[in-house]
Amino acid sequence: MDNLTRRRFLTMSGVTAAGALAVGATQVSWSDLMTAAVRDPLNSEDSVLVVVTLYGGNDGLNTVIPAGDPAYQQARPDLAYQPNDVLELGDGLGLNPGLKGLKGLWDDKSLAIVRGVGYPDPDRSHFRSMAIWQTASPKTSVPTGWLGRWLDATGSDPLRAVSVEPTLPPLLAGATTAAASLPVRGLKLPDGKLGTAFAALGKPLTGEEHWQAQAAKSLQDLQEAVRVLGGAVHDQPDTQDDEDDEKTKGASAGGGSQLGAQLDLVAGLIEAGVPTRAYSVSLGGFDTHAGERGTQQRLLGELDGALTPFVQRMRKSDRGRQVVVLVYSEFGRRVHANGSDGTDHGTAGPLFVIGDKVKGGFYGEQPSLTDLSNGDLKATTDFRDVYGTVLRDVLGCDAGKVLDGYDGQVDGLLKV
Amino acid sequence: MGEISERAAVRRLHDRLGFGLGPGDADAGYDVAVRRLLASATEGAPPPALTAPAPVDKPAKGEKRDKEARKAANKSRLAQEAKVTAWWLDRMVASGGAVGGPAGAATERLTWFWHGHFATSEQKVRSPQLMLAQNQTLRKFARGSFTELAQAMVIDAAMIRWLDGNDNREGSPNENLAREFLELFTLGIGHYAETDVFEGARALTGWTIRRTSTQARFVPARHDSAPKTMLGKTGNFDAKGFVDLALAKPESAPFVIGRLWFRLVSATPPPAATMDRLVAAYGVRRDVGAVLKAITAEAAFRDSASALVKQPVEWAVGLMRALGVRPAKLDDKTRMKVLAGLRGMGQLPLRPPSVGGWPSGGSWLTTSAGVTRLQLALLLARNAELGQLQKSSARVDGVRALLGVDQWSTRTRDALAGVTEPAQLVAVAACAPEYVVSG
Repeated sequence: MDNLTRRRFLTMSGVTAAGALAVGATQVSWSDLMTAAVRDPLNSEDSVLVVVTLYGGNDGLNTVIPAGDPAYQQARPDLAYQPNDVLELGDGLGLNPGLKGLKGLWDDKSLAIVRGVGYPDPDRSHFRSMAIWQTASPKTSVPTGWLGRWLDATGSDPLRAVSVEPTLPPLLAGATTAAASLPVRGLKLPDGKLGTAFAALGKPLTGEEHWQAQAAKSLQDLQEAVRVLGGAVHDQPDTQDDEDDEKTKGASAGGGSQLGAQLDLVAGLIEAGVPTRAYSVSLGGFDTHAGERGTQQRLLGELDGALTPFVQRMRKSDRGRQVVVLVYSEFGRRVHANGSDGTDHGTAGPLFVIGDKVKGGFYGEQPSLTDLSNGDLKATTDFRDVYGTVLRDVLGCDAGKVLDGYDGQVDGLLKV
Repeated sequence: MGEISERAAVRRLHDRLGFGLGPGDADAGYDVAVRRLLASATEGAPPPALTAPAPVDKPAKGEKRDKEARKAANKSRLAQEAKVTAWWLDRMVASGGAVGGPAGAATERLTWFWHGHFATSEQKVRSPQLMLAQNQTLRKFARGSFTELAQAMVIDAAMIRWLDGNDNREGSPNENLAREFLELFTLGIGHYAETDVFEGARALTGWTIRRTSTQARFVPARHDSAPKTMLGKTGNFDAKGFVDLALAKPESAPFVIGRLWFRLVSATPPPAATMDRLVAAYGVRRDVGAVLKAITAEAAFRDSASALVKQPVEWAVGLMRALGVRPAKLDDKTRMKVLAGLRGMGQLPLRPPSVGGWPSGGSWLTTSAGVTRLQLALLLARNAELGQLQKSSARVDGVRALLGVDQWSTRTRDALAGVTEPAQLVAVAACAPEYVVSG
């Protein structure tokens, strides 16, 4: 693919669309994944990475808040939290009041906050910046995601990443391998003649056109998924009645919902010993150009309400104790509010790493609020340092292979 | 790869520029089919009408039982949204058959395309009235001049609410609309600079929306009338000037045409010579209809490699057309089930997942979508008149003709042979790779 085509695929097919990315790539099949689960259950010493993507550009300064800094108060008078609003972390910083559960994890020393995470020459497009984060290639467009390349690199057993979203995010698409998608919704197949005929549609045919072959394969995978999971996958009530305007104000940049259900499903798979080493889940709605404070606090509350019980549940099993959660967004937002009680697209932001294997505390320097670049924070930590650390210490692989030779690390982040 | 047969090309033409074959369409020659599809859409019976529902009153702040009032307002708004969505689906189904002739189908299909291009979601707009007004604007310009369409979209009320245009005013510009307009709607990434976004936002200031109208209004006091420098020019640009500058960039035409190609022809971009011909057809008038006509004359349009996975809406509408099921004639409960089915497959009109629109290709072939697809196909088949499929001898070929499939593979033929009940037969056939993919 030439550069323009790649770029077009990455940016134009929507952030969550790996379908275009995976053209020509072999999708990891359900049957392969589930057969592996039976034959080769997850080793209880193997660590598992759970990546939580916050779509829309979460406002970092109102997440890990320098409430006592006069420059913060001056930059966003109507949007700023006061020192007594925030959950005190030390170092002049406090967590957004919506993150009460995470504050508990901080106190337990299982939450690490990496500050000022970004990349050189920040891009303020949702799609381009999300593509950079997901491909881990800030300078040139590449058609593969960072965990997709990890799948490629662990060639002997590539069936190891699962997305719990309706479509596959680009981060899980490799050049030769793409992760499986396990949707949250219920799977129930008919029986009798109808069921038999439906199953027969999945039979592979030699020489069939690419997309028709993919369609047949997806039907075959479905049979396997239902057989192994017994149709017991989470059923979500299909209702929108409680959709409220606070939560939907930042929705124009995409992303998933029902993070709690997604994580619940992941927890079940980990406990069941499915040999998946990396999971991807997401929460959308962080594109808070207007009326940000209420919207963001609710979303952070949803994040908190989903993550906290997940981490607590994971603590109860051997396999669960090996889980490391990584939470990021494509960029932070401008230091100054924009006049509609929101913030426009910015640059660096904080990143969370959570789990029993994590050494809690602060990493990286807090970006200065007075030494800015075009009104934006200057990144102090390259996001690939964090990727490199989890690739090495969670997934046990040579990070340079996945990150095009990049070998930065965040020292001491994980207990090894 | 090779050229597909004329019959398959006619079927593909209706798949891509309409919503699948209608009665009598399969037997026309390719040139006749092109001419009929791309004729002007004025002839034929009038399309189903919809009176815009009255806006839901926003519960006053501090009102007693505030929470209940808000819940009730949400509920009636959702009911209105469902009504608008069902009306549009019905219009898609009816187009090309009784309504407007094949040309109506092309207009409806392009309206659907532009909805994904200028992707706006009711999730944030929260006004079925504004979504309906936008839908009507998309239809008005669907096969006309992209200039007029883009000019209408930049000041469209639903778009303004979706991308925070109402908060964009002199002295406190909000960049959301200006950025997406350049990145996703007209130019594509890499063809503009950050300053163009900032200056563009200033140019767009002044357009505001009110609860009482579906039209945005220009409020001079909110407009930043100082000179701006963007896209290489300096001047006192307003919204119209911003759009004119963006469209005048040489990168804009290939970008817009590339988007049409991606959805209507193939995920493989057109060769350079093809693109040149399409840009020439687009011309200074930025004529979308002329581009469509030029596309149908390209060899790539008739190449067997140009297969596309049908998006769920295209699949469901095509199936309803083939089965003669009109959403408007279903009972309320069934109609809601149709919408729920589309939602389960990941694509409900008026609800794109982001301003970048819907995904494509393999993203529609997920595990959960497979289950929902079968359930929805079964639901539709149970609401259709399928007497012609009773006869056992010709059943498998009968359902092939009914759905307009070129031919069944041995695999699908074998699978279908085991099903006797007509509705089940149709449902399985509709899930077959040969129908899920537009070959």
